[in-house]
This record gives sequence, structure tokens and C-alpha cells, in this order.
Amino acid sequence: MSKVLSKLPYEVQTEPVTPLSVLSLDGEVVNPDEMPELTDDQLKEIMYRMVFTRTWDDRAVNLGRQGRLGFYAPVSGQEAAMIGSEYALNKDDFICPGYRDIPQLVWHGLPLYQAFLYSRGHQHGGQIPEDVHVLMPQIIIGAQILHATGVAMAFKKKNEKRVAITYTGDGGSSEGDFYEGMNFAGAFKLPVIYVVQNNGYAITTPYAKQTAALSVAHKALAAGIKGVQVDGMDVLAVIKAVRDAAERGRNGEGATLIELLTYRYRAHSMADDTTKYRTKDEEAEWAPKDPLIRFGKYLESKGLWSEEDTARVKEEAKATVNEQIKKAEAVEKMTVEGLIDSMFETTPQHLEEQKADFQ
Amino acid sequence: MAQMNMKEAIRDAMRVELKRDTNVLLFGEDVGKVGGVFRATEGLQAEFGEDRVFDTPLAESAIGGLAVGMGIQGFRPIAEIQFVGFIYEAMDQMFIQAARMRYRSGGRYNSPIVFRTPFGGGVKAAELHTDSLEGLAVQTPGIKVVIPSNPYDAKGLLISAIRDNDPVFFMEHLNLYHAFRAEVPEGEYTVEIGKANVVREGSDVTIIAYGLMVHTAVKAADELEKQGIKAEVIDLRSLVPLDIDTIVASIQKTNRAIVVQEAQKTSGVAAEVIAQINEKAILHLEAPVLRVAGPDTVYPFAQVEDAWLPSVARISAAVQKVLDF
Ligand SMILES: Cc1ncc(C[n+]2csc(CCOP(=O)(O)OP(=O)(O)O)c2C)c(N)n1
Repeated sequence: MSKVLSKLPYEVQTEPVTPLSVLSLDGEVVNPDEMPELTDDQLKEIMYRMVFTRTWDDRAVNLGRQGRLGFYAPVSGQEAAMIGSEYALNKDDFICPGYRDIPQLVWHGLPLYQAFLYSRGHQHGGQIPEDVHVLMPQIIIGAQILHATGVAMAFKKKNEKRVAITYTGDGGSSEGDFYEGMNFAGAFKLPVIYVVQNNGYAITTPYAKQTAALSVAHKALAAGIKGVQVDGMDVLAVIKAVRDAAERGRNGEGATLIELLTYRYRAHSMADDTTKYRTKDEEAEWAPKDPLIRFGKYLESKGLWSEEDTARVKEEAKATVNEQIKKAEAVEKMTVEGLIDSMFETTPQHLEEQKADFQ
Repeated sequence: MAQMNMKEAIRDAMRVELKRDTNVLLFGEDVGKVGGVFRATEGLQAEFGEDRVFDTPLAESAIGGLAVGMGIQGFRPIAEIQFVGFIYEAMDQMFIQAARMRYRSGGRYNSPIVFRTPFGGGVKAAELHTDSLEGLAVQTPGIKVVIPSNPYDAKGLLISAIRDNDPVFFMEHLNLYHAFRAEVPEGEYTVEIGKANVVREGSDVTIIAYGLMVHTAVKAADELEKQGIKAEVIDLRSLVPLDIDTIVASIQKTNRAIVVQEAQKTSGVAAEVIAQINEKAILHLEAPVLRVAGPDTVYPFAQVEDAWLPSVARISAAVQKVLDF
């Protein structure tokens, strides 16, 4: 009879993790070891961007109602996740966004009027300037995860010290492409950062019905890459986590999955009604975690920010949005001829003939 | 000139391009050490190293998406999908992401990618290994679709495809890999994508085909010749763009045509060719243009494969029908 050689547990074990926070709800530093290095000017710049983005989001929703924007997915609540993660990157790092991730593109250099054009369904919205390293937002959930993986492989092959970052939601982390991408990144040790903004819902489906995994971050284990969970309402924690991940990528240590726990205040898009699937209690629970309030308190305690600053930035943001939407509206309309010519580098004869129908 | 079969010609095209341009990369499942399940890439990893020719994990969508990501960063990927039936897993990346990159970005980015895949019946392969799925690609705006029928074309078309800044779906008929050898020039040459080839001249009827069916059509034409019927045979070589001019010129001469495809009959490439003939040459026709195709069933298990596929007899019968109209 064969002998039992060991009594090691043979069932794979995992345990819950505690998300990384740097700031308490009162804006006090509770985790000084994880405090990212930032100058006072940088701290103010981050606040500026968050307030600006909140205002722009409010305006965008209004513009949408007026019919001046097309598809738009609101971002309020997710400023720390979006702005912090972009702020942690270098300018030549590459962003592969999902449909909601417009702020990252804009703060990475995409002119705001082009973001509006994208929303309005104009091709010029996706015509990214040469020195801006982003793709246009992706509609197919998960597809961008693979593009980032390919971009990261390109960086690695070219020996460039750059990283690719890609964003999806908790819903997106259920897609096959999410697993395929992380698995490739693990197998090839690629400098890529997979950010999941877990805002609790995929349209209306709550996280609990999305997956039975202990956390999204745990999904990194299966791909053999690093997984971390971060308080996504705490901009300093987000910056710290993304900087660490970027450094690992640049040092050849491979990919990281970052789950950012966050909350979107508005509906998924302009079309759905949150009262059908969310409770007042839940909203009240998230309200004090607001990244602007929390980080604002921290800055105020350091004498770096005041209510007047917020008011000033809001005015500035409103003026900029007005000017940029006008600029977008002034861009010449797309034509079917132009559309046809964008299918191939050289338009083949059959498409040249089809153009004639529209002239 | 060397004698090569189609597989060797395809391999030679990749070798020439891997050598010429360091941005050309080759990857897919098992393409490295063994050179792919058909050995089409044999020896290329040994010659160009694992950095340029590499195996990927088993995930078609990721193979497609990797190619898209690398393509926008200046590489020119040749991505192999091991068998045609697995393109469904990669369809988003091939037909949505790669094919509309130029459109979505207003021309800022492109997809200089070749997606290679073996396909085609008559080899008694496992289910979903041989189907003719070119119709799916042809319905997709923004991707070129190329199907060579012989070693010379295969090499020249593949080199063109690799140099093309748009995505190309390059389908290699399994039954042609080893079917015969032909003269293939050493080194570089290209065959233009979008130009059909009149492989046999004739004056009574035009038979339009591509891939393996070109050879079946030529055999049918040989048979018909014995009865005094001179059939012209056109090899489309590329389905997108389609060389309708060559087809129309032939029909102006013969006034009759049939289109042969292995794929199921409905809404496929043959239907498209006939629609375009209607648009451009209806007054030259003496009879309706007929299709010879597989029936609208799933591609069958090996037992009935030979009967299912278009044959010389079915082609000849269709020709008789248009002649007797
Ligand atoms: C492949 C695919 N399936 C379905 C959809 C439709 N859809 C758009 S957003 C969405 C939910 C996404 O949820 P999540 O990933 O959590 O992102 P969030 O918007 O909450 O940040 C769905 C199902 C889509 N765009 N793409």
C-alpha cells in the first residue's frame, strides 16, 4: 500500500485583502509609509484636475441633454481613480481606455474638443495627435485590454522604458479578453498595468452578481501577475499603486492588476435610472468617501487649497468646456466620401465607385 | 528558379520579409520550434530567433489583439490562427478592432497585420478545421481577403500582404499546401492584391473561382474541351478588393458565366460576384450566372465531404445549363 507522503493542503487557498488607503475620510494621512512623493505644486495640480473634471462632467451631462454631445458615460465619483492613475504615468506611457475613460485621455494630452468630437461621432475625435500616446476609447468591453498587452510587448521588444495601461470596469473583468490579456502579460512578462475601476455596477448588475471571486484583484493570481486592491476614492493611494506598478513594469518585473474600489454617482450612461437598482443607504455610505472632499480636506489642512480655489477652478472649467464644445461644433462635418476613404490606405476601385453615389 | 509547393512558397515569403524588415514578426500557437501544425513556419524561429518568431499561449482573441497593439506601435505582425474554425474566437480583434482602426482613428493609426489561417476541404480533417469562412471576412469593411491557388501567387501575394498597411486576411487552402510544385522565384517579388488571373483562355463561358476550386474548374474546362466547349477560367486571387474588371472583360467575350465556391451557397462570395456582374455586364449576358457551391448545411464530417464539395461533374453540369439556356 502506498504511503501518504505529506499532509499539505491540496486545495488552493486565497484570503481577502485590505485595500490600500493613504488618507482617512477626514483627509488625514493614515498610512504614511505609502504616501507618494509629491511636491506642493503637484498636490495642487491634482486637485485642480479633479475639480476641473467634476465640473466638466456636470457640463457634459447637460450638453448631452441639450443634444450637443453624443454617447457620454458620466465619471463623477471616479476622479481619484481616473486622474490619480493618469498622474502616476509618464507622458510617453500609453493608455488604452474603455468608453468611460475620457479624463485620462484628456489629461494625457488629447485636446478636449476632440473628446467632444469623439462623443459626437466624428472621426477627428479619434485622430490622436502624434505626441499623445493613447488610443481612442473602446466600446467592445475587454478589447482594449489586449491592445495594451500588444503595445506593452512592443515596448519590451523595442527596449523602451515605457508602460501600457488599460482600463475596464468590474463587469469588464468577466470578459474572456481580460483573462487572455493578463495571461499573455504573465507568460511574456510585459510592462502593462490592468486597471479595473470597480464602481460596484456593470450598468445595473451589482458586483455580487458579477463574480464569486473574493476580489477582482485575486484574478491576477491565475495569470501569475501581481494583483493589488486600492481605495479608489483616495487619489494618493491610487497614485502610489500605479507608480509602483509602472516602476515594476519599467524594471522588467512584469504586469500588475490594480483593482480600484470606487463609485460612480450618476447612472451608467445617460439612459438608465439608478433608483431602479441602487439604494439611498448605499449612496449615503459612499458620499463621505468623495475624492474631492477627502483630498480637499488634506490640502486645506496643509494650507494648499481653499473654497475660493474650488470656485475659481469651476469657473475656469466651465469657460474651457464652453470654448471647447464650440470648437468641436465648428469642425466641418464628416462626409460619406471621407468615411469611404478611411477604410483603406488607398481606396480600392469598388469603393471609389461607391463614393460616386454620394457626390 | 526553385521548385516549391505552396507551403514552401508561403514559408519563403515570410522568410524574405522577416529578413528584409525587422519590424515583421511572426506569432501564433505552435509556430516556433515545430513550425506550426502544418510546418508552414518551420525553420523560421531557428533563423530569426524567438524574439521575432514566437509561440503564444492558446488564446485566439489575444493573438489578434496582440497584433493590433503591436501594429499601432510600428510592428508588422503576421499572426497565425491555427485553423480556420478558430477565427470565431478572434473575430472581434480581426474584423472589428484591426479592420476599423484606420476609420476609428481618422487615419491616425492603421493595422499593418496579416492574419494567416489554413482552411479548405477535401482533407478529411476534424470538424471546424476546414470550413470556408471567407464570406465572414468579405462582409467586413476595412480588411482585405486573399486566397492564393498556387505557389507562385502564394509567395507574391503574401509578400504584398505583409507590406500592406491595411489588415489582410490570408487564407491558405489545406489541400493546396502539398498538392504540386511549381517554379517560384528566389528572393523578393510581389503579386498585386486586387488583380485576378485568367488562368485559361476560352470563348464560350467564364468559370470564376478561387483557391482549390480554380484547379477543379480547370479540370472541368479540360473535360468540356473534349466536347468542344471552350471555357475561360478566372482565378480571383483576392476577394477584397475584387477584380470585377477582369471578370467583365471575360464576360464581354464569353457572354456566359458560372461562379464556383467551396463555401455554402447562400450570401457568399459567389453571390457577390454575380451581383456585381449584374451591375456591370448584364447586357453582355446570354444566360443567368449560376453558382456551384456547397449546400447550406454545416460543413460535414469526412464521410460525405467529397460529395459535398463542388466537383468537376457539378461544374460541367452548370456550364451545360448556362450554355443550354
Ligand atoms: C463586449 C460587450 N458586451 C456588452 C457591452 C454592453 N455594455 C456596455 S457597458 C456595460 C457594463 C460595463 O460594466 P463595467 O465593466 O463594470 O464598467 P463601468 O461602466 O461600470 O465602469 C455593458 C454590458 C459592450 N459594450 N461590449
